[in-house]
Amino acid sequence: MSFLTYFINGLSLGSIYAIIALGYTMVYGIAKMLNFAHGDFIMVGCYIIFSVSRALSGNSIVAIIISIVLCTILGITTEFVAYRPLRGAASPLAVLITAIGVSYLLENIALLIFGADVKSFTSVIKWEGLTFADGQLRIQGVTIVTIVVSIVILITLQLFINKTKQGQAMLAVAEDRGAATLMGINVNKTIMLTFAIGSALAAVAGALLCSAYPSLSPYTGAMPGIKAFVAAVLGGIGSIPGAMIGGLVLGIVEILSKTYISSQLSDAIVFGILVLVLLIKPTGILGKQVQVKV
Amino acid sequence: MALLEVNKLSISFGGLRAVGDFCITIDKGELYGLIGPNGAGKTTVFNLLTGVYKPDEGIIRLDGEDITRKNTIDINHAGIARTFQNIRLFKNMSVIDNVKVGLSERFRYSALEGILHLGNYRKVEKEMDDEAMRLLKVFDLDKERDTLAANLPYGKQRKLEIARAMATNPKLLLLDEPAAGMNPNETKELMETIALVRKEFDMTILLIEHDMKLVSGICEKLTVLNFGRVLCQGETKEVLNDPEVIKAYLGDE
Repeated sequence: MSFLTYFINGLSLGSIYAIIALGYTMVYGIAKMLNFAHGDFIMVGCYIIFSVSRALSGNSIVAIIISIVLCTILGITTEFVAYRPLRGAASPLAVLITAIGVSYLLENIALLIFGADVKSFTSVIKWEGLTFADGQLRIQGVTIVTIVVSIVILITLQLFINKTKQGQAMLAVAEDRGAATLMGINVNKTIMLTFAIGSALAAVAGALLCSAYPSLSPYTGAMPGIKAFVAAVLGGIGSIPGAMIGGLVLGIVEILSKTYISSQLSDAIVFGILVLVLLIKPTGILGKQVQVKV
Repeated sequence: MALLEVNKLSISFGGLRAVGDFCITIDKGELYGLIGPNGAGKTTVFNLLTGVYKPDEGIIRLDGEDITRKNTIDINHAGIARTFQNIRLFKNMSVIDNVKVGLSERFRYSALEGILHLGNYRKVEKEMDDEAMRLLKVFDLDKERDTLAANLPYGKQRKLEIARAMATNPKLLLLDEPAAGMNPNETKELMETIALVRKEFDMTILLIEHDMKLVSGICEKLTVLNFGRVLCQGETKEVLNDPEVIKAYLGDE
């Protein structure tokens, strides 16, 4: 029974990683850049929920909605101010380094406003959860909500990308930006929409993350951000189902190795698995094998 | 009436004058050929016309509107569509989705409607599907609607590229070496497709081509480029018999 509890907890943590990884993977696939500030969008989202729900004396639904809206605006603004001018720069490193810069900028602004001390975050999910088998198996409300939310997001995203004209434009831009422009697709608008969706997902992930692990500091987003990046690479970066699978694998491995092996070693095991997978299949679990014709 | 007027178009790359003083006038409904030896600057002209390169000098007018320094999307919206020398389809998307990408700017619903599958979403998507199928039928690709573009045979990929360009509802269609890499049978079919496009859509076409049989078979007028300059311009028959043109193609005696 306890294994099942840990497994479900892993599934829940993995779902959060997956939601963050979806943002990473969409931006990479479509804008062809790694937004290393993505993890910090989560932190910003959490601070917004924290402040708003305090101001509104605990109205968490409104706080979450405000957080999603503001994070979306933050994502669009970051893309417009910091990344768009560098599109078409001689080296793709320019935008990568800018993203790292944005990450530090956001962390230090948060440090300036909220200070370095860890704030305790009140869970936005008040539901106690379910109990099975005479109390031997208890699943927390936040765990169930997290898993359900991530499934809903995955399905919605898949439908959006494959069944709508905006999604088709994203796929076209991902495949051949030049040809897409010549067919009348507005590449800037498409990439902006990608950032908007990715950042909104970061806000959702933030709400779930801080509800499950209720402490908040300016560095809250950093580690989950990196792990989600690992999840995206593990699943095959650019692939949406890949991000989901990568996230789940990572979450389950992390929780199980924390429980059964060693809590100090768990991160080492997680990153070790990344190295192993990449050695065997460099494109990730669902990544496409690119064959170069000579 | 002139649909496309180009006057004294020039561009240099690092001191090399790739295209100099290029002039052309194409009337509505004409099928015009742009020919010339390798490296003469034909594709550069296409890239100038579609805004991929910005010219150093010169004026481009489409239907009276100055489009010289507009960016690529605005030029596409103004009414120029093109295909590519090396086919650039969205290979991992289905045939119908390739065409729908071309249609995308003419049909509108908001991203939020798309995410929630609400509002105009269903109605507009249905209209897009119908319009895409109508186009695919013209090009005899309707049976392959769900095939991945990458899995189409070469000749059909060319056709699909033309169909995708037509989906943007252009006034002028630019075809960059449509017969490149085709066998004689495929070339013949392509000539029929081009004739069909003209008839069905009343389209004005400018095409780059190496295949002289295709050029002399369907083009009404020709412009010959050599070293970035116009060597000869006029009716197809006259141009192909011009001694300068024969010299440029076959070399001096």
